[in-house]
Amino acid sequence: MGDAKLLDFKGLVFVAVLAAAAAIVPALTLFTPTASPLHVPPYLVALFGKYLCFALLALALDLVWGYCGILSLGHGAFFALGGYAMGMYLMRQIGSRGVYANPDLPDFMVFLNWKAVPFTWWGFSSFPYALAMALLVPGALAFAFGWLAFRSRVTGVYLSIITQAMTYALQLAFFRNDMGFGGNNGLTDFKDILGFNVQSDATRAALFSLSAIALIGAYLAARAMTVSKFGKVVIAIRDAESRARFIGYRVENYKIAVFVVSAVMAGVAGALYVPQVGIINPGEFAPANSIEAVIWVSVGGRGTLVGAALGAILVNFAKTWFTGALPEFWLFALGLLFIVVTIFMPRGLLGLFDSRRAAPAKAAALKSAPTAGEAAQ
Amino acid sequence: MLEKVNKREARNREGISVRARRIVLQLAFALFAATLLASFASSARADAFDDAMAGFATDKFPEIEQAIGDLVATGAPSAPAILDALAGNRLMFDPDEGKVYIANDNDEYFDPRTGEKVAVESPDDLKKVRLNNAVRAALQAAQGAMSLMAPDPARRLSSANEIFKSRDPAALPQLDAAIAAEKSPGVKRALGEARAAIVAGDSATPEAERLAAVETLKSRGDQDSAGILTNIASSATGRVKAAASAASGAIQARLALWSNVQNVFYGLSLGSVLLLAAIGLAITFGVMGVINMAHGEMVMLGAYVTFATQQAIRAWAPGLFDYSLLIAVPLAFVATGLVGVAIERSIIRFLYGRPLETLLATFGLSLLLQQAVRTAFGANNREVGAPAFMAGSFDFGGVAITSGRLWIIVFALAVFFALQLVLRATPFGLRVRAVTQNRRMASAMGIDTNRVDALAFGLGSGIAGMAGVALSQIDNVSPNLGQSYIIDSFLVVVFGGVGNLWGTLVAALTLGIANKLLEPLIGAVLGKIAMLVFIILFIQKRPRGLFALKGRAVEA
Repeated sequence: MGDAKLLDFKGLVFVAVLAAAAAIVPALTLFTPTASPLHVPPYLVALFGKYLCFALLALALDLVWGYCGILSLGHGAFFALGGYAMGMYLMRQIGSRGVYANPDLPDFMVFLNWKAVPFTWWGFSSFPYALAMALLVPGALAFAFGWLAFRSRVTGVYLSIITQAMTYALQLAFFRNDMGFGGNNGLTDFKDILGFNVQSDATRAALFSLSAIALIGAYLAARAMTVSKFGKVVIAIRDAESRARFIGYRVENYKIAVFVVSAVMAGVAGALYVPQVGIINPGEFAPANSIEAVIWVSVGGRGTLVGAALGAILVNFAKTWFTGALPEFWLFALGLLFIVVTIFMPRGLLGLFDSRRAAPAKAAALKSAPTAGEAAQ
Repeated sequence: MLEKVNKREARNREGISVRARRIVLQLAFALFAATLLASFASSARADAFDDAMAGFATDKFPEIEQAIGDLVATGAPSAPAILDALAGNRLMFDPDEGKVYIANDNDEYFDPRTGEKVAVESPDDLKKVRLNNAVRAALQAAQGAMSLMAPDPARRLSSANEIFKSRDPAALPQLDAAIAAEKSPGVKRALGEARAAIVAGDSATPEAERLAAVETLKSRGDQDSAGILTNIASSATGRVKAAASAASGAIQARLALWSNVQNVFYGLSLGSVLLLAAIGLAITFGVMGVINMAHGEMVMLGAYVTFATQQAIRAWAPGLFDYSLLIAVPLAFVATGLVGVAIERSIIRFLYGRPLETLLATFGLSLLLQQAVRTAFGANNREVGAPAFMAGSFDFGGVAITSGRLWIIVFALAVFFALQLVLRATPFGLRVRAVTQNRRMASAMGIDTNRVDALAFGLGSGIAGMAGVALSQIDNVSPNLGQSYIIDSFLVVVFGGVGNLWGTLVAALTLGIANKLLEPLIGAVLGKIAMLVFIILFIQKRPRGLFALKGRAVEA
């Protein structure tokens, strides 16, 4: 992190690969014949689109945890809120094609015998409004939470525990039918997004590309933040919060800013995730999901951004493979991964890669710029 | 056509009920007479009994009906058994000799008077005493009357309570007779209340008597009497109306108070569950500073040890089943304690001073343990039985107390104080406190800190295992058992103040009671959400919990 270039080698490769995928994958799935060896089956497109959303969530988490030392065990909540905002838009698009064919009310409201949509649903027929909500609601929650927590200097484990309590409380709340978000079943049976069929291959391919582009955008934004002067302060807070405060920085303001940006990114990830998987329910708020996202970051290497995204894709790929081939062993594998990574690979996969490359130059580097990553926690 | 049938049926039913009422009246007087007679004319009874029995030895329904009345009038001790036999189509008679027998399912025959087994020469000649609707009505009324006069007080009580609920005016004569004969004060009161329930609502009764009845109902003071009084208040007029509505209001107020007390008990019960789940964590997290996300799985292992213990007892020593929990407690402590020591030696010790990494590693561990148990025992819930002393419930004032819940409260407190004792009054406890306060100084004083760490972690895990024994009684024993407690446990420890066992106790009980008092107001889920939000906000105000440690130890 010594040099402040926006795109270092890793970043360049990362952005290039994603941009290539965003351009080529839709072409390969839409314009090649099914028999062609180059053909990408649509289910794979949807699957990797999902992975990219998780990668975006991991990136968001890495921004707060890897660079600011805030271990949020509730980032799944921001992800799910973004997802619900998008899900509500998709529900409104169903119109009268629902099971009850009610033009004004989503099915579950007809089922609950409601007469009109509650105010929380107003405006969700409009895509820009829904998109704005997917960004604003997670951002506002993160701001309120951070405003309370960081100003009263709740740190470390305590913060982790209350973020977990936050997502747990939201899960319970969304389980209630009275909340008006579909209760236990959540929102599903989507038909259209912006007039395109959600299920069609072309829409799937477009969503995949959008996810890749969103990931590039988020990466560049996060990278720009972390290499700027602002980012330096944030890293200083991670490594020595009291010292940063004594020097005169308003630590809580920095933390709130990073937390909110990260929550908005998670919201975007959720909003892209929902049309690709076709459902959003309160299970997404489950505390275990948020902890799983933390392990993606750990596996890839915290404080590297690229590593976090990579970790998310790798772990989820492994999950898909295991649940297909050896369903019994997935939790064993995931559990072991948690333990092995935290004990033996504290800097993750990318950390291994980095330390090997950096080893010869280390002696020289140590004198001029002590790496910040070492002192983390 | 259908209408006609319906009408006829209705008329039939009316006829039966009128007749039943008449029979009841007859029966009541007969009973009254019988009890008087029975006291000083036991020899006369024998003949009356035979006469009554002779009435059953026929195909004619009116005679059978008559015989039922006669039988009740004799007050014979075997009468209930005979009526039961009649109701169950097990009363047989010999048409030639006019003798009556009670049969059972194995074609054995018994003398109705003595209940002794008798040999019947030609069972095939016996005929069943038949029933029609009229006889059935008479039989039912007779059985009701019999049970009001039954020798067993519990049966008299339950039939009095039934009448209290049905408020059938037809039962009044029986009741009066029964009240006159009743010796047991408890049953007599119940009979009086049943009578009051009928009388108070009957507009034909004189006002003074109705007012007295209202008073009786008020003194009974439960939800049923409040309901009856509210009914009366809406239908009656004048002083009865005023008295009834006042009485119903008084009962409601008292019931509301009792229901609050009941909620506090539920809250204590929930609080003790929280305490049990959190107390082991108070050692590993509170005292040692290790974020053990696998703590819930220690609880789960304890529950499975209970299951295994019970299976073993069922297989080899069924007589010990009532002691299965007592046996499981030390077993669970040792088993989960050993698992805890193994975890500390293999994982935790590499991660001291890195709380967030510990959190992740132990979360991974919790997944491993869950899946291991799922592989070994299956994903389904396992049945853990309750020994006799945990089953049942009793009333304390207006509060229903389940024995199981009460024992869990006792157990939680016992574990808490035992742990306090270990930490405060044993050399081991002293070492644990020394190491947690200042590791290097303790080490310099010759304490083997590694050993203390391992044992303390084992102690916390062992306590979680013991909690699992108790929780197996109130929760589903499944691989997911631990997950549902882990967040609550952490919140309790953080709320109470890390490193302070008393804080854990206060926090667990406070949260339990507050939760249960909130529940009736806003519902269970909202109540839970409210508690979570409250704790999140509370931690902002007091980041170190309710009873924060003071001094240098805080920053260490």
